[in-house]
Amino acid sequence: MTGQANAGRPNQLLRNLHAKIASIPMILTAVVIFLGGTLWTVFYSFTNSKLLPRLSFVGLDQYERLWAAPRWLVSIQNLAIYGVFSLIFSLVIGFLLAALMDQKIRFENTFRTIFLYPFALSFIVTGLVWQWILNPEFGIQSVVRSLGWSTFTFDPLYNPNIVIYGILIAALWQGTGLVMCLMLAGLRGIDEDIWKAARVDGIPMWKTYLFIIIPMMRAVFITTLVIIASGIVRVYDLVVAQTSGGPGISSEVPAKYVYDYMFQAQNLGQGFAASTMMLITVAIIIVPWAYLEFGGRKRG
Amino acid sequence: MAEVVTLNNPSAKVSSATKPVAGPRGKKPRPLLSPRNIMIYGALLFAAAYYLLPLYVMVVTSLKGMPEIRLGNIFSPPLEITFEPWVKAWATACTGLNCDGLSRGFWNSVRITIPSTVISIAIASINGYALANWRFKGADLFFTILIVGAFIPYQVMIYPIVIVLREMGLYGSLTGLIIVHTIFGMPILTLLFRNYFTALPEELFKAARVDGAGFWTIYFKIMLPMSLPIFVVAMILQVTGIWNDFLFGVVFTRPEYYPMTVQLNNIVNSVQGVKEYNVNMAATILTGAVPLIVYFVSGRLFVRGIAAGAVKG
Repeated sequence: MTGQANAGRPNQLLRNLHAKIASIPMILTAVVIFLGGTLWTVFYSFTNSKLLPRLSFVGLDQYERLWAAPRWLVSIQNLAIYGVFSLIFSLVIGFLLAALMDQKIRFENTFRTIFLYPFALSFIVTGLVWQWILNPEFGIQSVVRSLGWSTFTFDPLYNPNIVIYGILIAALWQGTGLVMCLMLAGLRGIDEDIWKAARVDGIPMWKTYLFIIIPMMRAVFITTLVIIASGIVRVYDLVVAQTSGGPGISSEVPAKYVYDYMFQAQNLGQGFAASTMMLITVAIIIVPWAYLEFGGRKRG
Repeated sequence: MAEVVTLNNPSAKVSSATKPVAGPRGKKPRPLLSPRNIMIYGALLFAAAYYLLPLYVMVVTSLKGMPEIRLGNIFSPPLEITFEPWVKAWATACTGLNCDGLSRGFWNSVRITIPSTVISIAIASINGYALANWRFKGADLFFTILIVGAFIPYQVMIYPIVIVLREMGLYGSLTGLIIVHTIFGMPILTLLFRNYFTALPEELFKAARVDGAGFWTIYFKIMLPMSLPIFVVAMILQVTGIWNDFLFGVVFTRPEYYPMTVQLNNIVNSVQGVKEYNVNMAATILTGAVPLIVYFVSGRLFVRGIAAGAVKG
């Protein structure tokens, strides 16, 4: 009797014991680092920790200081400009390239290899190459001037007003290949019959893309959007390599603000507050998407 | 007239084309130089030129001497090819007080990338296997936290990790950095492996269970041999990702252990001394070489890796 009961209902803790032991690294990472670490940072953003974390609460002081700091405001503004343009251009360029690639062309693999190789390179390498190409003394500006147009000016990395666009050029070079690949996968997933039907009805190609294909690729677009967006919030290495935040503070971004305050200015509280703001930004992007995904799965 | 008929009537063509070498199959071929093709290929070639330009400029600049760089423009091919910048970038370029070039960073990156890749894949594949075949209560909750965590900016979690590593006495060491790479590689790799193992036929797993095989036996004898492709994809993902990392390298290691990317940035963006653009570009190529080689060799698998990582994420 007892034996039967044991066989039917084994100890819950010992069930799948090996699987549980094997999952310890995952559980520790999820609970201690991801959940615990995030809560810890948010918690300590309400303290006035300087060199070392200290538990002396100052309420929202750090946040007030943060939003009064010119450097943070510049960072946020840069992130907004960079984010909006980077989203628009990567989606448009990525989709156009994918549409061109989808015309049953020859050498498709060669073109794909060329468009995607920058994605294999680090942001540091990307930033340094574009720093060199955009160098006003030797790069594009000097080449165009030597062709005879002596007043030509194109020095985004040395002009505080447009420096963020110089970074944008490099970022698009690095990242559009990935968007192209995702879009191409989406285009290939569309039923050939839809194209046939559109052709029979005499709908011009651009109209088919705009009003039939793109709405059908909604899921791909949303996924791509989330990937690009979470990359945008993280942008850090590229700025460090290309401009180090300069000239002055004109190309600062939030991720760099966090790093500098945590590890260089020895003002941990500010760093924690700034990183919490980054977390909130990501949450604003992710939560609606997760909600949509989750809802969609339930329906399906 | 007869031609037109056969073209418009595919069934007639197919029946007459039973011999293997008969006529073209599939769609009507378009003339190669139609206006449409000129536009498509023109646009593609223009885009390809834009994407290739930086690589070309890097290579060309690194092969020139400094006097030629000061005189010429960055797009002109070198008049006199010199490999001196490459030698200097590798062996004698300076960062601060160290003048042993990028080679130190290269070997640091090797010593970081190999163990991080192996350990992170080992742990993630076992996680994925447990999640796919040995689900226990709460497993899905931990997995959800892990996936959500993949979207949290690293800056939020960096300082707590610094504290944990400091308590363990590993802050600043290579081991510490390897642990960090393992942690942050875990969400995407676990997802990759879980999806792959879930897609394998369940009968295999059940048959092995009936034969009395346990957790580890099934993993090593059945799952591992069947999933070599996904291991290769994971390896590509990790090698390029870890090699290209900058933030973790700069936060979690001491200067003598800086990976190649950090050292490259310090060499190129150092404020002292005369700027040697040819050495900088040679150093940049050297740092980009490893992921580029991985990319060109792996080809389609690389695309599959990023697609698997991205679309399902």
